[in-house]
Amino acid sequence: MAKQAVLEITDGKMEEALRGLLKRLLEKKVVDAILIPKAAPPGNSYVQSLIRDPEKLSGTSVLAPTMPVQSARVVSHLTFKGLGQKVLAVLKPCEVRAVVELVKFLQVKQENLYLMSVDCPGTFEVLDYAKMSEEAVGGEGLERVLREGMENGEVNPPAGYHFRTACQMCEYPVVEADIYLKLFGYKADEKIGIEVGDRLHGEIEEKGILSFSAEEPAKRSEVVNKVIAARTKKRDEAFAEFKEVTKDLRSFLDRFSTCVRCHNCMVACPICYCKECVFRTSVFEHEGDQFLRWADRKGAIRMPTDTLMFHLIRLSHMVTSCIGCGLCESACPSRLPVATLFRSVGEKVQKMFQYVPGRKVDEAPPVATFREDELKLESGAL
Amino acid sequence: MADFEPRIIAFLCHWCTYTGADLAGTTRQQYPPNIRIVHLMCSGSVDTIYVLKALMDGADGVLIGGCHPGDCHYQTGNYKARRRVAILKGILKEMGFSDERIWLRWISASEGKLFADTVTRMVDELRKMGPNPMRQLWDA
Repeated sequence: MAKQAVLEITDGKMEEALRGLLKRLLEKKVVDAILIPKAAPPGNSYVQSLIRDPEKLSGTSVLAPTMPVQSARVVSHLTFKGLGQKVLAVLKPCEVRAVVELVKFLQVKQENLYLMSVDCPGTFEVLDYAKMSEEAVGGEGLERVLREGMENGEVNPPAGYHFRTACQMCEYPVVEADIYLKLFGYKADEKIGIEVGDRLHGEIEEKGILSFSAEEPAKRSEVVNKVIAARTKKRDEAFAEFKEVTKDLRSFLDRFSTCVRCHNCMVACPICYCKECVFRTSVFEHEGDQFLRWADRKGAIRMPTDTLMFHLIRLSHMVTSCIGCGLCESACPSRLPVATLFRSVGEKVQKMFQYVPGRKVDEAPPVATFREDELKLESGAL
Repeated sequence: MADFEPRIIAFLCHWCTYTGADLAGTTRQQYPPNIRIVHLMCSGSVDTIYVLKALMDGADGVLIGGCHPGDCHYQTGNYKARRRVAILKGILKEMGFSDERIWLRWISASEGKLFADTVTRMVDELRKMGPNPMRQLWDA
């Protein structure tokens, strides 16, 4: 059973209070290192940093408002060959869910890895956040605005800005983690709720870092439900709008005609983990004469021939595990709606197997398992 | 459209459907010649990439043939194939492409007649559907 605690905030400085908690976790050797977003020197972005020296915690941010990379990829690099010491990774809910998927695909080893996560108000595109810092609406001021919104579940970005598209329609602002920080429904300038799971609460209590006796404020579940409902509505609207794009392959290709084939969406995706990607092999290379024969038959063909192929194959590889972080879309230089594509197709395919990616590590992903008595329609019938 | 001849790429497993196709031949079952067979060891080794590639390069239909459930020579290959095909069909359906062009069928080594009937039936259905619209997507 997870246990509840509360962290008091003084002078409205939430990150400061959390840094204090992280510092105690390091000093008292609950963990040996912490992976956490830290403000990059000019202050206009954040970079995941692996911290061992408690003094280096300054500038770290649990609620970093932008995510240049999907930290699940960082966690995979860190743990892939096994971790000898305990590391606490501070992640956003979508990153936790990506880590859960990567555990299933044996790309993350859980031994010595602990996860910390926090209620997510949404994040901003990297360039938007850089601009916000220039205009002095970023940093602590932004953090306060977001937290105040989270108290009642009405989170609004500063005027003229909007959250990343994927965040606007993310119905998983709350997840489970070894240490989970709760902001929705808590008094913004006074308290943070902390839920600590079975792997850590014994040690944390023993070492006097937190005491567990708190209860959630009554309105928390109501606030969380309100946020989820608003985002689900947004999601359904986006899906309905997107139907026009996927009504047939021709419409899809027309909408994606500005695809520059950079494969950034693939590089940014936490689920695409293959060391040797099929698109970097010679599987689809043909002799020049073959292309000429095709062109001869049709009069003219599109070159290169692989845009549709690329997106369809990527769909067939990762769509059952797509957790909807939307970093594919953030990485797209042509601003194509790839996140909406993967999420809308993903939802249908995931439902076929009653599968929710990123929920629990012991739920096998649809591509890695089967049941003998399923999908009867396919079998035998002519 | 009257002279439209569908082209089918078939991925057949060595132990059941390919042998079934062989039996269709040796027992002189008649079926249309619209099918090009790729011989694999197991339906479980059909990567959906090649199904897509076949469709994109102009095949009008893809037939995947494997052993009946419970009969896979490698125990579970056909169940895995079934999942993969279901996922691929789900994706194509969502993208507005008819999943009826992909057939997964269980045909055993002794079912030569069933193989011939399946091909006949598939050619008929594809003839009704007309040419694969993916072919036009290449046009410049």
